[in-house]
Amino acid sequence: MDLIQFIMTLIVIGVFLLHVAFVQYFERKALGHMQSRLGPMRVGWHGLLQPIADSVKLLFKEDIMPANADKPIFYLAPIIGVVAAITSLAVIPIWPGFSIANLNIGILFILALSSVGAYSIVLAGWASNSKYSFLGGLRSSAQVISYEIAMGLSLVGVMMLAGSANLTDIVNAQSKSWFILYQPVACLIFVLSALAETNRVPFDLTEAESELVAGYATEYSGFRWALFFMAEYAGMFVMSALGAVCFLGGWNGPDFGIFANVPKIIWFLLKVYGCIFTYFWLRATLPRYRYDQLMNLGWKIFIPLSLANIVVTGLVRVLWKG
Amino acid sequence: MSMPQVFFAYLAGMITVLSLLVVTRKNPVHSVLWMLVMFLHIAALYLSLNAEFLAAIQIIVYAGAILVLFLFVIMLLNLRKEETEKRFQNQWPFSVGVGVVLAIFSVSIVGKITVIAPLGQYTVEAVRSEGSVMTIGKVLYTDFLLPFEIASLLLLVAIVGAVVLAKRRLE
Amino acid sequence: MVPLNWYIVLSAIVFSIGVFGFLSRRNLIIIFMSIELMLNSVNISLVAFSHYLQSMRGQMLVFFVITVAAAEAAIGLAILIAFYRNKPTVKVDEINLLKG
Repeated sequence: MDLIQFIMTLIVIGVFLLHVAFVQYFERKALGHMQSRLGPMRVGWHGLLQPIADSVKLLFKEDIMPANADKPIFYLAPIIGVVAAITSLAVIPIWPGFSIANLNIGILFILALSSVGAYSIVLAGWASNSKYSFLGGLRSSAQVISYEIAMGLSLVGVMMLAGSANLTDIVNAQSKSWFILYQPVACLIFVLSALAETNRVPFDLTEAESELVAGYATEYSGFRWALFFMAEYAGMFVMSALGAVCFLGGWNGPDFGIFANVPKIIWFLLKVYGCIFTYFWLRATLPRYRYDQLMNLGWKIFIPLSLANIVVTGLVRVLWKG
Repeated sequence: MSMPQVFFAYLAGMITVLSLLVVTRKNPVHSVLWMLVMFLHIAALYLSLNAEFLAAIQIIVYAGAILVLFLFVIMLLNLRKEETEKRFQNQWPFSVGVGVVLAIFSVSIVGKITVIAPLGQYTVEAVRSEGSVMTIGKVLYTDFLLPFEIASLLLLVAIVGAVVLAKRRLE
Repeated sequence: MVPLNWYIVLSAIVFSIGVFGFLSRRNLIIIFMSIELMLNSVNISLVAFSHYLQSMRGQMLVFFVITVAAAEAAIGLAILIAFYRNKPTVKVDEINLLKG
């Protein structure tokens, strides 16, 4: 039993790392077509081997270390990010009866790890000893603190409906209908906070290329930069999976006709990739926010709104269930 | 030693060493980093004591909010020159003495005590069958409702206080 | 089974280290961190008592201690920033504007 669990864990991590390489190809293709371009076409059929070529290139690039950088922290920072993002995967229920660790505190576990992941960017910005990186790190720390609160509060409504913080229980509670129908406000807040948590457009102020070169990653090159890249896309996957599990019913799918024979994992992956596609769609559509607007949005709109959502959810639950 | 004892010995050793590192590092950012590692170890200790919820809260609140706040302030004040100045006050040998005496004194006392108290109803099995989160929630909203409300007031006061203090000028 | 005393001894040692840091460091931020260290050491012993006495009170107290620690950190750092505007230092032995 333990051996099987171990092998499954290895398989999940392996598939996940491959996914991280190819989701970037997916992004370039999606962005390309939205902007009337073709995207990568050269390597392989329709550029399918592009991610492999990219990773080989990054592996063999020179590893540059800025002068006066804080060496141990500079080395450590990208690793923290990748580890935190991949560890979060452990509690995601992937198909019925399977998640690597079925924890009672599943949601809290993911929130805890995402707060540890924030250190990676902050420390990278500080250790690089460069103004652009430093500004990126400062922006990121403030942004992540603010939006983590809103994200945690928006998930409280889901926990109240399911009566549990265990992600498997939450999926099981949605076998009839998805929580997005009961918690539309929470879902909206969650999606936007997740964008801010993963530093994606329109909240990508930490690496805003037109203002800060590349923000916290300015001084990183070669494989260390690739680790940041992996952490970002792994974080996107985890947030999408959390959104799919908490609001879109996880691996639940239609249960009639030919749909009943489809493996449940297909529904889960469809939902996750739908969410990831939304990330790309927003990236191609929206301009970047200004920093004070971002802070106002987080503290003055999202947090009060999610608190109100909790109160309303609690009232409705008490009055309906009697 | 049995397996839990080895685990405890590892955690206890790491926590002690890491807390020494926290108070002795010259660079405040390094102190924060060691403290982060120490919080993770304390969370593991809570897990071994069957307190899952507190382990999660330890990381979310301490590592995710309080420590990031420290890091943020350190970076905001930009204490780069910190590394060239001396880190201890002039009376530091005296503080070492106080620390050592306190440690010897308290360890020699608490090392010997035996706690005799009536056992409560929350055995490991009872908590596991219901889940740590649910058990804590039930106790929090029944026996500890008043302290809970007071804690919320305290947080409100802290929010107002922090905003008032950090604002440049009150209009 | 780990004896209860071990946890209490660990808690006492970490508390002493916190006291040492609080008394000896010049940097105000590290002094705040020493306070957090002391609070954490108390939390360890509270959770241990809670586990061995099969009661929830210890865990509840830890819950409130964490709340107070969060409030304390926010207020303390706000005071620090407010002070830094008047005199750009975080060294406690240079914070002597009230000296007669």
